[in-house]
Amino acid sequence: MAYKIVSSSCTGCSACEPECPNQAIIEKNGTFLIKPEKCTECIGHFDEPQCVAACPVDKTVIIDAGYPRYAAA
Amino acid sequence: MAIVFESSVTPKLKPLSGIKVEVAASSGCGTAGGAGKSSCGSSAEPADMPPEIWEKVKNHPCYSEEAHHHYARMHVAVAPACNIQCNYCNRKYDCSNESRPGVVSQKLTPDQAVKKVLAVASEIPQMTVLGIAGPGDALANPAKTFETFRQLQEKAPDIKLCLSTNGLALPDYVEEICKYNIDHVTITINMVDPDVGAKIYPWIFFNHKRIYGREAAEILTERQMLGLEMLTQRGVLTKVNSVLIPGINDTHLIEVNRAVKARGAFLHNIMPLISEAEHGTVFGLSGQRGPSAQELKEVQDACMGGANLMRHCRQCRADAVGLLGEDRSHEFTLEQVDKMEVVYDLEKRRAYQQKVETERAAQAAAKQSALSEQQADDGMTVLVAVATKGQGKVNEHFGHAHEFQIYEVSATHAAFVGHRRVDHYCQGGWGEDDVLPSIVTAINDCHAVLVAKIGGCPRDELKAAGIEPVEKYAHEFIEKAALSWFADYRARVARGEISHLPRGDAAIRQGAYLAA
Repeated sequence: MAYKIVSSSCTGCSACEPECPNQAIIEKNGTFLIKPEKCTECIGHFDEPQCVAACPVDKTVIIDAGYPRYAAA
Repeated sequence: MAIVFESSVTPKLKPLSGIKVEVAASSGCGTAGGAGKSSCGSSAEPADMPPEIWEKVKNHPCYSEEAHHHYARMHVAVAPACNIQCNYCNRKYDCSNESRPGVVSQKLTPDQAVKKVLAVASEIPQMTVLGIAGPGDALANPAKTFETFRQLQEKAPDIKLCLSTNGLALPDYVEEICKYNIDHVTITINMVDPDVGAKIYPWIFFNHKRIYGREAAEILTERQMLGLEMLTQRGVLTKVNSVLIPGINDTHLIEVNRAVKARGAFLHNIMPLISEAEHGTVFGLSGQRGPSAQELKEVQDACMGGANLMRHCRQCRADAVGLLGEDRSHEFTLEQVDKMEVVYDLEKRRAYQQKVETERAAQAAAKQSALSEQQADDGMTVLVAVATKGQGKVNEHFGHAHEFQIYEVSATHAAFVGHRRVDHYCQGGWGEDDVLPSIVTAINDCHAVLVAKIGGCPRDELKAAGIEPVEKYAHEFIEKAALSWFADYRARVARGEISHLPRGDAAIRQGAYLAA
C-alpha cells in the first residue's frame, strides 16, 4: 500500500516533501499529495515512513488502502 | 566568509562542550559588568558596548530597545516546515487578527519574498531588518531560507539579515549562516534540562526518525547549546528566546539564562506563554495558563545581571511588517506587491535614516536633561503606561492605542520594562464600553497613563481605577515625559494633595484582537 495525505488536514507546511526518498510528494493548490505509484512506504530506505514521521498534524498521512503494498525488490 | 571578526565579545569557550555550564564569560554590553545596567537590548548606550557590536545592533529593533522606537523590521514567511513539535504551537491556525509566532496569512516562495522585501524597503525607509522566522523553522527549510538571503544580499545590501530557529538543525548550517552575512540569529531555548523539556516538546524529527519525550529533549538541548557556541565563536550575535510557562519552566529559566550567557548569548528574551483554548495548542487545550505581568517581570528581574535581558519583544507573526507592535503586512500582500513599481533607492533610504538618527539623539538629550532636574532618590519607584506610535514620543490617542509601553520610573531613572497589548478602545469615533475594563486590567500595575489625548469617559473610569490619565506631556519624548510626570507626582504627594498607594498586578493579553 502507498501512503496518502488527507488534504483537509494538511497545513501545506512542506515538511514531508524534501524527506521523501522517492520524490513522490508534490504540492497542489497549497497542500501536498503523494503519487501512489512512486511511494515505497520508505521500505528499504528508512525504518519509518518519512512523511508520517515529519508531519506535524496527527492522522494526516495515512495508509491508502486503495493501493497494493509495495514489494521491495 | 566576511563576517568572522576578532571581537572582544567572543567568550573563551571550551569548544563544543556539552551542556555543563562553564564560568560565565561576559558578552556584548555586559562587559562593563555594572550591576545597575538594565540591558543591552533595553537601553545601552554606545559607551556600554564595543563599537563593532553597536554598529550591528543600533538599527535593529529586536536587538536594541532604543532602536525599536524608530526602526522597523519585516518577516517573510518562506519557511513553513518545522522539525519539532512544541506544546504551545499549533500550525493549523490562521486569523488576520491573531498576532503570535507561527501564524501567517500567506506563505511565499523565495522570489516572491524578495520582491516583497524590496517593495516594503521602498515604502518604509526605516525598515532596516529582514528576518526569516517561520512560520515553521528557518533551518528546517534551508533551501528556501538561504535562497532568499542570497538574493537579498545582492539586491538590498543595506538590509540586515537575521533568522530564528529552534536550534535542532543549527550546527549543520552555521557555515552557511556566516556565508550570507547573517549576523543576528535567534534561538528559542525553553530549557536546559531534558526532564523539563519533555513537558514542552512531545517529539522532534531528527536524522530521519521521530524521537519522543526525554530523549528528544536531550538531543534538542545538546544541539541548541552546540549551535549557540558555534555562532559565538564566529562572532554572530545571538538572541535567546524563552517562553515562560508557569509551573513548567518559570524557575528553571534562571538556569537557562546562566547557560546561554556562559555560551556568549548577547540577549535573553523571556516572553510570556500565549495560551488559549481557541488556539488549539496542547497547552491551550489542557488549560495551561500564561504568566501575569508581575510573574513575567519577576522572572525577568531575577535574570538581570545574567545575559542582557530584552523586554520589548512583541511576539510578532512570521509575516509581520513595520515597527514592533505595529503590523502593516496587509498593505503588502502578494497581489498588492505585484502592482507596485519598486525602485530600490539606497540614497533615499540613507537620507531618511539620517533624519531618524537626529530624532533619536534629541530623545536621548531630552532624557538626560529631565534626569538632571530630578530630586534626590528616596527609593520610590512606579510604573507608567505610555501610548505611542513610534519616534520615542507620547504621541498616540488613548482610544487608538493597540498597546501601551510600560516604563519604570524613579528619581534617577526611566526605563522601558515591557508593553501590554490591548483592544482599541475607540472604534470609529465612539468608545467601546466593554473594551475599557480589559485595558484597565492590562495596565492595572501602573500609576499613570501618558497619552496624546483622551476622551472624558475613559478618563473618569481610569481615575476611578486609581490610574491617572495624563495629557499634559503630549508629543514629548517618552522618558522626559515620564520623569517630568513623576517629579510632579512626588511634589503632589509631598504637599499631601494625594497619597502614594501601591498598585496591583496586571494581566497579559492572550487572545486575538477583537477588531483589526
